[in-house]
Amino acid sequence: MKKWLSWIFLFAVLLFIYLPIVILAIYSFTNSAIIGKWNGFSFDLYKQLFTVERLRKTILNTVLLAVLASGLSAILGTLGAIGVFYNKKWLGKYVKSASHIPVINAEIVTAISLALVFALFNIGRSYFALLMGHMVLCTPFVMLSVLPKLKQMDGSLYEAALDLGATPTQALFKVIIPEIMPGIFSGFMLAITLSLDDYMISAYTKPTTLDTISTYVYQAVKNQNKSMLPALRALSAVIFFVMIIVVIVINLRASKKSAVKSTVK
Amino acid sequence: MGNVKQDKIIELIDITRKFEDGLVAVDGINLYVRKGEFVTFLGPSGCGKTTTLRMIAGFDKPTGGKVLLNGKDISDLPPNKRPINTVFQRYALFPHLNVYDNIAFGLKLKRINTVYEDKNGKRFEKKVKFSKSEISAKVDKVLKMVDLEGFEKRSVSTLSGGQQQRVAIARALVNEPEILLLDEPLGALDLKMRKDMQLELKEMHKKLGITFIYVTHDQEEALTMSDTIVVMKDGVIQQIGTPTDIYNEPKNAFVADFIGESNIFSGTYVGNRKVRFIGKTFDCVDDFEPNDKVDVVVRPEDVEITDADKGTVSGKIISSIFKGIHYEMTVKIGKAEVLIQNTVERKVGETVGIVIKPNNIHIMAKEFSSNRYDGYITKKNTVCFGDGEFECDVTQLYAGSSLDEEGYLITAEGEKIDLTDTDVKVEVGLKDIEISDDQEKGGAIGNIVSIIYKGDHYQLIVRTEENEEDYVFDTEDTWNENDRVSVIIPKDKIRLSLVTENNK
Amino acid sequence: MTKDVKIIEKSETIAPRTRFSFSRKDLCVPYGLFLALFVILPLVLVVYYAFTAKDGRFTFANFIWFFSSWTMIQNLLISVLIGLVTTVVCLLIGYPIAYILSRMTAARRGILLLLFIMPMWINFVLRALAMKELLDLIGILGKFNYLNTIIGMVYDYLPFMILPLYSVLIKMDKSLEEAAADLGAGRVKVFTSVTLPLSLPGIVSGITMVFMPTMTCYVISDTFSNGKVTIIGKLIEQWFGSGDNWHYGSVIALIMLVIMFISTLIEGKFSDEKVYRGTNL
Repeated sequence: MKKWLSWIFLFAVLLFIYLPIVILAIYSFTNSAIIGKWNGFSFDLYKQLFTVERLRKTILNTVLLAVLASGLSAILGTLGAIGVFYNKKWLGKYVKSASHIPVINAEIVTAISLALVFALFNIGRSYFALLMGHMVLCTPFVMLSVLPKLKQMDGSLYEAALDLGATPTQALFKVIIPEIMPGIFSGFMLAITLSLDDYMISAYTKPTTLDTISTYVYQAVKNQNKSMLPALRALSAVIFFVMIIVVIVINLRASKKSAVKSTVK
Repeated sequence: MGNVKQDKIIELIDITRKFEDGLVAVDGINLYVRKGEFVTFLGPSGCGKTTTLRMIAGFDKPTGGKVLLNGKDISDLPPNKRPINTVFQRYALFPHLNVYDNIAFGLKLKRINTVYEDKNGKRFEKKVKFSKSEISAKVDKVLKMVDLEGFEKRSVSTLSGGQQQRVAIARALVNEPEILLLDEPLGALDLKMRKDMQLELKEMHKKLGITFIYVTHDQEEALTMSDTIVVMKDGVIQQIGTPTDIYNEPKNAFVADFIGESNIFSGTYVGNRKVRFIGKTFDCVDDFEPNDKVDVVVRPEDVEITDADKGTVSGKIISSIFKGIHYEMTVKIGKAEVLIQNTVERKVGETVGIVIKPNNIHIMAKEFSSNRYDGYITKKNTVCFGDGEFECDVTQLYAGSSLDEEGYLITAEGEKIDLTDTDVKVEVGLKDIEISDDQEKGGAIGNIVSIIYKGDHYQLIVRTEENEEDYVFDTEDTWNENDRVSVIIPKDKIRLSLVTENNK
Repeated sequence: MTKDVKIIEKSETIAPRTRFSFSRKDLCVPYGLFLALFVILPLVLVVYYAFTAKDGRFTFANFIWFFSSWTMIQNLLISVLIGLVTTVVCLLIGYPIAYILSRMTAARRGILLLLFIMPMWINFVLRALAMKELLDLIGILGKFNYLNTIIGMVYDYLPFMILPLYSVLIKMDKSLEEAAADLGAGRVKVFTSVTLPLSLPGIVSGITMVFMPTMTCYVISDTFSNGKVTIIGKLIEQWFGSGDNWHYGSVIALIMLVIMFISTLIEGKFSDEKVYRGTNL
């Protein structure tokens, strides 16, 4: 393949991916009902993110839910991964297979099946149901992120800790957990993005009074609620800008690291 | 004798470890280790030495038998409650901790039972941690011992293999264990580093006076460092002894072969402190029953070279390699090859005589009393050995194989193999040989050289003329010495095995 | 300690205080219970609802209803078709991208890969909204509902295709391709005889990651077709929502479960280490 041809291809696809977002970001700086019509530069839409009560609450709820669900998932998934790794009997096999189901299952099926079970328990739509639903979605990914780290870990580390006088509990917290921390962290981050991204499970488990960004946006789109839409441009733009900053920071740190490495060499 | 008993720090009583897949890694081991001793478990991989060590450490539980520590059964005690520390094969340093924290790991967990007395004279007990300064002092001390002062803050991943090794040793020693276990700790180091560390470890053992139990597959390492060597094979102890005992008086062919270089010959004890091997009779110092099949071990440095006519036996030098301090030469005597180490070189092609002093000939009873030969497969799928040619079943060499019409071997996987000229080991039991006056009937021809009455049967030896190969067998028939007979061995009684690196 | 107290004796205890002790093997018990309660039991309920009538009697009627309704079958076929087209388009765009990235220098491919998967961090409904606004701006929104739906699906699910492909291609031993070239294979031949077969696990993984959601994610089809394109996920939603017949809804969900099960079996034949949304990278 010709080099310039592959570059053109890459940039064409990147354009396809980013053009809508960039346009949205540009039109977030004007107070206009529709895109394509420039009403002069203003921060009105950004102000709305804080002033419109329902919008503000939705954003807050979504973030809180993501942090809570991901934190609990990180704990549950890490314990699960350690258990699965060391338990080669039926229990370990069961947990490993069962946790794959929410990963590959269509989200709508997971969502309605959860709705059925919460109806059965008379919990119905509630914050608890919503939280559990998000944990069903997130925990398997934490486990899948932690398992490879356990595989990479030197098997004698745990024995070394016991040998030096640690109880199994101490060995777990002082050796195993610190060793697999990178896996737990990336699993947690993945869980955050999954929870923020979720629509299906939230839609079927959330209390009617509570909205997440997904359900809020979908309602706005579905009901053609033109007054709700412009502020969402500002929201998308904010996420986009945060993303860009994160990428730049990651890139800077990576190049710094490689610079340090090359000077050491 | 009461003292001696107390002297035992670790005692393994009938220890067995059977794994879930049915593998018996350790099969009924009995041994004890004295306080302050340097004991090495030596053996090839899979011999059960590491499993034994793991049972002493507490990582593995024996499926049978008991582990005693200072006379108390600790079989069910978890590793964290045993006053035993381990240096792991690949060090198992905690990557997330620096050198200091790795070494201090055990100290930080320790609680010291302290009895206090207040001003009223009331005593009370409390469990106390080591203080920061106590820990720091202890860590400094071991770091000095392993020559790593100033490395406290270093990340363990930045250390060389040798340095990591030292940290691992320091991390174990800082806990002042009663026993230090070392699981092939030098395996990952290069040769020079390994030699240095061997001496250092030996030095440390002397200085600290604690018990070292060391696992290795390197016989030289074992001989250099240990007070006592335990040689293991297939989960069973082959021999326990000092390095000199093990080297000079190996109990069986396996030990002789595994420890140092050696010539091992199949021979026959003639009687009257005489043993016959490589076609000649030598004087020896051991006593066996006449006609016993024996293994004869001669160390290469114990074979003396003289002029061709002055030796017990003579042969031609077929190879000579300079090894630094000596020449390693091979002398061909008949079909046998004798390895010799000598500081004086003899040229290849020269005919020399060799002499072996009686006390340098070590004779061991054969583990299995059967005839063993080196042979090869011929074009007709028969096997040649012992100056004869016999019909045999070559399909036993490959499990599940069969012969096609042309006589080629077809393996279980369907692969076609031409066995012509394949070297094989041949084994024939003492009860599986018959002889006949009809010289056309058997596969080899020889003369009866010995008839010994063994209570209810005779044991005969038929010796061939060409290479003086012996066929030893039991029979109830009566024969006369010097009868010329042919040797008959039924097809299904000839056991064949391929020559591999291990049984060469 | 105060001065009044003096130390009489110190002796080291071997063991620290024994607190509760556990086996590492038992750590999966909490998650195991969680899965039983919120994954296994819910699926059992789906099966239960699919095979019962409103009065709780066992029945096949729900299945008979589904397979005798032309609208249902038609919608199922449309979903499969949309899923297939989206998956193929994602594969055709995603494979070259993953391939090009995997052949770049480490520094360059790191940042580029990030650029391709970064959109995953924006809420997918917001992302769909952005694309919808663009289509609106161009003026094709509302005109080509099926085309727009597929554009929206590709836009949302492309990263899910790129990730597994990239992770397989990056782990592939490059010397295998060199060996093939060394043995006289031309560029095309090297690709078709070495690279493509070896990346099959990634392809299969990517296909399952895209195909299942695109058949069911009605949020996107609704957004891009103003509710004109009905896919199977939408039907489930309707029966659980306004339709108010959980038994019918469960039948459709069960059919989706069966499709998922079959595709997992197929996938399992190709790879044992799967990559989902950036795990195992």
